[in-house]
Amino acid sequence: MWKMSRQDILDLAVGAAILGAGGGGDPYIGMLMALQELDKGREIRVADPEEVPDDSFVVPVAGMGTPTVLIEKIPSGSELVYALKALEEYYNREADFLTPIEAGGINSTIPLVVAARRGLPVIDGDGMGRAFPELQMTTFHLYGIKATPMSMADEKGNRIVLDTIDNYWAEKIARVVTIKFGGTAWIAIYAMKGSDYKRAAVWRTMSLAIKIGRAIREAKERGKNPIDALTEASNGFLLFRGKIVDVKRFNVGGFARGEAVIDGMDSFSGSKMVIKFQNENLIALRDGEPVAMVPDIIVVVDQETARPITTERLRYGLRVAVIGIPCSEKWRTPEGLKVVGPKYFGYDYEYIPIEKLMGR
Amino acid sequence: MVYRIGVDVGSTHTDAVVIEPPAKLVHAVKTMTTPDVTTGIVRSLERVVKESGVDPAEVDAVMFGTTHVINAIVQRKGLARVGVIRIGLPATAAIEPMLDWPQDLREKVSAGTVLIRGGHEYTGEEIAPLDEDAAVKALKTFAGKKVDAIAVTSVFSIVNPEHELRVRELASKYAPGIPVVLSHEIGSIGLLERENATILNAATLPVMRRAIRALREALERLGMPHAKMYFAQNDGTTASEDYVAKYPVFTVIAPISNSIRGAYVLTGIPNAIVADTGGTTTNIGVLVNGYPREALEVDIAGVRTNIRAPDVLAIGLGGGSIIRWDEETREVRIGPDSVGYRLVEEGIAWGGNTVTATDIALAKGVMKIDDPRCNPERAKKLIPAWLVEKAYAKMVQMLEDAIDRIKTRPEPEIVILVGGGSAMWPRRLRGAREVIRPEHAQSANAIGAATALVGATIDKAYSYEQIPREKALEDAKREAIRKAIEAGADPSTVEIVEVEEIAMPYLPGNAVKVRVKAVGRLSPGRG
Repeated sequence: MWKMSRQDILDLAVGAAILGAGGGGDPYIGMLMALQELDKGREIRVADPEEVPDDSFVVPVAGMGTPTVLIEKIPSGSELVYALKALEEYYNREADFLTPIEAGGINSTIPLVVAARRGLPVIDGDGMGRAFPELQMTTFHLYGIKATPMSMADEKGNRIVLDTIDNYWAEKIARVVTIKFGGTAWIAIYAMKGSDYKRAAVWRTMSLAIKIGRAIREAKERGKNPIDALTEASNGFLLFRGKIVDVKRFNVGGFARGEAVIDGMDSFSGSKMVIKFQNENLIALRDGEPVAMVPDIIVVVDQETARPITTERLRYGLRVAVIGIPCSEKWRTPEGLKVVGPKYFGYDYEYIPIEKLMGR
Repeated sequence: MVYRIGVDVGSTHTDAVVIEPPAKLVHAVKTMTTPDVTTGIVRSLERVVKESGVDPAEVDAVMFGTTHVINAIVQRKGLARVGVIRIGLPATAAIEPMLDWPQDLREKVSAGTVLIRGGHEYTGEEIAPLDEDAAVKALKTFAGKKVDAIAVTSVFSIVNPEHELRVRELASKYAPGIPVVLSHEIGSIGLLERENATILNAATLPVMRRAIRALREALERLGMPHAKMYFAQNDGTTASEDYVAKYPVFTVIAPISNSIRGAYVLTGIPNAIVADTGGTTTNIGVLVNGYPREALEVDIAGVRTNIRAPDVLAIGLGGGSIIRWDEETREVRIGPDSVGYRLVEEGIAWGGNTVTATDIALAKGVMKIDDPRCNPERAKKLIPAWLVEKAYAKMVQMLEDAIDRIKTRPEPEIVILVGGGSAMWPRRLRGAREVIRPEHAQSANAIGAATALVGATIDKAYSYEQIPREKALEDAKREAIRKAIEAGADPSTVEIVEVEEIAMPYLPGNAVKVRVKAVGRLSPGRG
């Protein structure tokens, strides 16, 4: 068990944006919320998965909804306290540990706030190892853990507990409630036993995000290349370096999709990369051949600063590096690929792990 | 005859021009910018009036592009102590106002922050009714503390400003005489960024007031007591002294917009890339329909805001940038340090010992300088030819790369070169369909200030399901026109020049953010 410092939170926000794979929402708001908790003298304690007893009660918490509302109707910080309480009442059991459901984007930092307020440790792990757009896209789901009973709350204190027949229904109904809450909702979901968490979670993703953020910061402080630091800290690959020469966005069957074309520079000169994205970057093709595919993490960063560029901010002229980071082994099973593989997102590619594609 | 004077403050020089409206240049001068800004402006005014020989009585307006406000924020000098009210409880408490401001700036500005119940949802419905008792209590406390200004920000006030307006009403009773700034008049969606801009606006009210007073006195001294004063705004328009006295933050980075606007005035080309080369930096911006393209968010001295401001890429390469040969890497190093205004003492062509970007261009033979003290032959003789070639190639590449970065499409664009250092650039650039360096390019900034139209841009958000699109747009346009007239535009000339609708994703009810810009000519009559 260790305590999170201000610097850890700042580094976590940077690393979480990288693990967001171009989506997941800007961790900025969640970062400020966590910093305010420390300013108020509260503590954020982090537990390693090894420290979680088998029979303990683990509750993942998160926010869902639209980023446009989140940046205007900033949370009160009590929403998740209400949601957690509602679920605890339903189970008639108090939570022993909290944990994020996603390591990438804003939901990486949101659990820290309720952890500080309730004095509960947050486990260094999550249910994705990255960011994904839907509630059932978790390794928890993959290991047969039910999303519901789940609770939802708003800043006013409205609380709802959902009990659905499966995790897809949980996603569908929760979306509707989110709209009624004014565009954002705060949820406690996939409550489970410590033994299940240890089996189903992606381990140590919070410390991975911090490690990535720290490596980038230290490289900059020392005048070293932050892209090298990023690939090293994330065990990732430099997939490409170049300039974005085209970004197309289109609607296919109600899904917003897009494609960015990058012209190679330096050692990639003469080569082209196409990145196919939805909320997140999903497929990277170099001269027509895939070099990385979802669920592996594909992130586009600024060539100079290693600052990640979200899919909605991709535009012509940006000098970028494309980094590929291996996903959790849990996703690399037939069942995992059914939930988050290239085909689920509508791309007709057989998944091949990035290590294999890159010949490592 | 009627004349107009434009003054623009840069980091090295302050430029002033006299023009005959609409845009005929009569005379231009360049003086040194002074640390207090005002002295440099007054000197440039004195000189331009004297040298042009115009009768001060015939100057009907003086139009400034100034750095008073940004300097005050950066130096933390002369700022108001602001009482901060946020309306949004039970929401928003998780991030208190000014949480991530630089600490010294927060300490200078904050006279206390209060969160009260109220605010709205994106639909315009109340999160909670406004807690008037809490508002009154806060206002009384701030009045008791004798704060200089009050900043009020309510959740989704750009959809429904009701609660902010009510607090202003209460303030007139419980905190009389203290100026109140409302966020829906300042910024766009994004509570923290809009609140920050609102607090900065409140904090710089006295800065602007003092600047206006000093400049007004100077005009009186120079025989122009009747001349109206206008101040350039960040969006490329200008506004009357009364208007910017209320909204100083709208002038915070106006000089950059002046150059971009000036490029349009000098060429008549509404869509182009503009590179403004000064002594230390080159700012590259984009003209879209005659106005600067705007950025999504703007960092002001370490504070995140969402005020309307030009999207500019700055590179550390100006006329005075120092050129070095790095033996270790075998490469030319350019800047980022510069000799600035000491170019005319330290530059090789002026008999000095420092190789500058201007010296390279002179030695290359691409640039002429109309200054008897400048001797290009000296630069040609003393700087080795291979260094001239390497350095110039690298300078051009830096500019070309920057131009390419700011573009949003691959097609070649027209590039307009302006600024005191712009003569050093070649007539052809990669990615440019055409390179234009208009006559008077070195005074584009002051010309941009002198010829600006009066304008206002407003941001609102609507749910088209609740208010039909046509009615919503009409409402937004009416509001923009009202604001433009308040800023000093002649009502009979005001027109809408831009309407932008951006759908807010993942929300039902057709939620849309609308931005409207209205501009008009300076209203006639004497001030």
